[in-house]
Amino acid sequence: MSKMFSADEAKRLLDAAIRGEMPDELGRFGPFGGRYVPETLVPAFERLEEGVRQHLHDPAFQAEFQRELHEWVGRPTALTFAKRLSEAWGAEVWIKREDLAHTGAHKINNAIGQALLAKRLGAKRVIAETGAGQHGVASAAACARVGLPCTVYMGAVDMERQAPNVDRMYRLGAEVVGVESGDKTLRAAIDEAMRAWVTDPDGIFYILGSAVGAHPYPYMVRELQAVIGKEARQQMLDQAGGLPDVAFACVGGGSNAIGLFYPLLADDIELIGVEAGGVGDGLGENAATLATGTPGVLQGSYTIILQDDDGQVQETQSISAGLDYSGVGPEHALLQAIGRVNYISARNDEALEALEELCAKEGILTALETSHAFAAAREYAQENPGKRILIGNSGRGDKDMPTLTKYPPRTRHHESA
Amino acid sequence: MKAHERLSAAISAGAASGRPALVPFITAGYPEPADFLSTLKDIASVGDVVELGIPFSDPMADGMTIQRSSFVALQKGVSLKWIFDQLDSVSGEIDTPLVMMSYLNPLLAFGYDALAERALAAGVCGFIIPDLPFEESEDLRVALEARGIGLIQLVTPATPDDRLQMLCSASKGFVYAVTITGITGGGVGLPADLADYLKKVASYSSIPVCAGFGIRSASDVAAIGSHASGAIVGSALVEVLEEKGDPKAFLSGLIA
Ligand SMILES: Cc1ncc(COP(=O)(O)O)c(C=O)c1O
Repeated sequence: MSKMFSADEAKRLLDAAIRGEMPDELGRFGPFGGRYVPETLVPAFERLEEGVRQHLHDPAFQAEFQRELHEWVGRPTALTFAKRLSEAWGAEVWIKREDLAHTGAHKINNAIGQALLAKRLGAKRVIAETGAGQHGVASAAACARVGLPCTVYMGAVDMERQAPNVDRMYRLGAEVVGVESGDKTLRAAIDEAMRAWVTDPDGIFYILGSAVGAHPYPYMVRELQAVIGKEARQQMLDQAGGLPDVAFACVGGGSNAIGLFYPLLADDIELIGVEAGGVGDGLGENAATLATGTPGVLQGSYTIILQDDDGQVQETQSISAGLDYSGVGPEHALLQAIGRVNYISARNDEALEALEELCAKEGILTALETSHAFAAAREYAQENPGKRILIGNSGRGDKDMPTLTKYPPRTRHHESA
Repeated sequence: MKAHERLSAAISAGAASGRPALVPFITAGYPEPADFLSTLKDIASVGDVVELGIPFSDPMADGMTIQRSSFVALQKGVSLKWIFDQLDSVSGEIDTPLVMMSYLNPLLAFGYDALAERALAAGVCGFIIPDLPFEESEDLRVALEARGIGLIQLVTPATPDDRLQMLCSASKGFVYAVTITGITGGGVGLPADLADYLKKVASYSSIPVCAGFGIRSASDVAAIGSHASGAIVGSALVEVLEEKGDPKAFLSGLIA
């Protein structure tokens, strides 16, 4: 994909992104993005776009959003110096702690932002999809907070492997609808949420959980998640005395990654997105969309997707429900095409190993999604000694206990000390 | 006559017989790829136009019935290329105009020029693309219209008047008036204010209007007939195929 643009074109596109001109009025990030939705939803998307234009950067909305982030979400989240990990890796490792945000992942930044917008736009009820369940929990909590009923669509496969989150959603008052069609994971859940939305485009607000889908979602989600990178940048200056050499984030649909990367685009920082390498390199064996996919239209957006020669979207494999997705946000497709962000992958077993190491060395049980970023960062540190590394710790791993109990820790803390 | 004009003419001719033109929909290759052509011939003998669904992995505008048929067809190896090959093998035997219903990505993967070329050769006069709003459709429209093939626009009860007007004038072949605010299949019955809506669509359109989504019975077809030129029958027919029923008898019953 890096040959899609000449060096000059790539630079022009990057400069436009840095100036905040992406997406354009048609919702395009260069060639990627756009709005491919059923006609029934076109007026709803137009209203949403208008609502985003009116409210998202309106001082009154921003004041309310910032107050919620501070008082309810618990922002700013900490930046933690990982002392023992740094020693072990021969690097200087800093961790941006989205796991400490309310409900345990970055997803809440977006969910509360969209819930506030839903309220302003007069929505009667909210729907959301979820993969790992973190966005479902965040949406359930945010809807309770603003006083809107919430229905969450979740693939049957994910309901099983992220069971603790299903219970949390119920507790928080959401209705959870299991999705038995398609691949029974995140992609099927998004399809089902879209179907639900089509039945009541006037009354429903769809809180989409990642930087994917039709315009204006990739834009709106980025704007709501950019708080991660803005805080981390300042905290690095304050606590580390300078910016990192390199920043890592895991990439499912790409919301935590774009939130971390977007405010760092203009800096001299290497940016690395880490996708799910699953069990191998073959089609269907991973969810490494950017690394192995091709351009196509999935769920509203022209982006990079995992598909066969006939344009049929392929199923994916990943130990982590949140990365188990055949598409990726269109802005990442652009950042890859212009060579600004490098997208690599980590396999299931590497992610598990990294999770174990982070538990043992820093006392942080991170999410399986996030573990992929740690696995890649560790390998990078081995090849590039002495670097200052920033890792976006997108969420905590409590939700992963049903999966983790199948993989007992191989080292005990006292043994590895 | 251009391909999309053939389509308009077939709908108008069907509607002239005191009932709406009948537009049966099947998912191509469902339930058995081996029966595709015989099923197609059967329904083409009753229908005025036949709509062929191209199976897709993410049918986000479809209800359970068409989702199921789509997944089964894919599992049995049905692809757009296979469908064109099948249609080529009976070239000249079916004069009922065909339209294809496909999500965008399989068409994108096929390539728009190659698509338009093969469609023309196979007797496909129009395309219905449920995830392609008019604003994103220019490249495909140019390729299709160069061969006289129409891009059929969908309108829905949620479409505001100015947009309705725009879509009606942009549509080629016929205007596809979605009867309900929802996905295919329905089962909730046709809405009470359907007549007003269909009359409004017809008033904006200079080409025939066909209504679809949730049309299941002879009385539904008759109700449509008072206000639209054609009735599109999808999920109900796919259910007949699913239950190994007789599609020809079912369709004849709708217009008896
Ligand atoms: C903790 C965590 N990290 C990452 C992701 C992946 O999503 P995204 O790529 O949008 O950040 C998820 C999704 O569920 C998640 O729960």
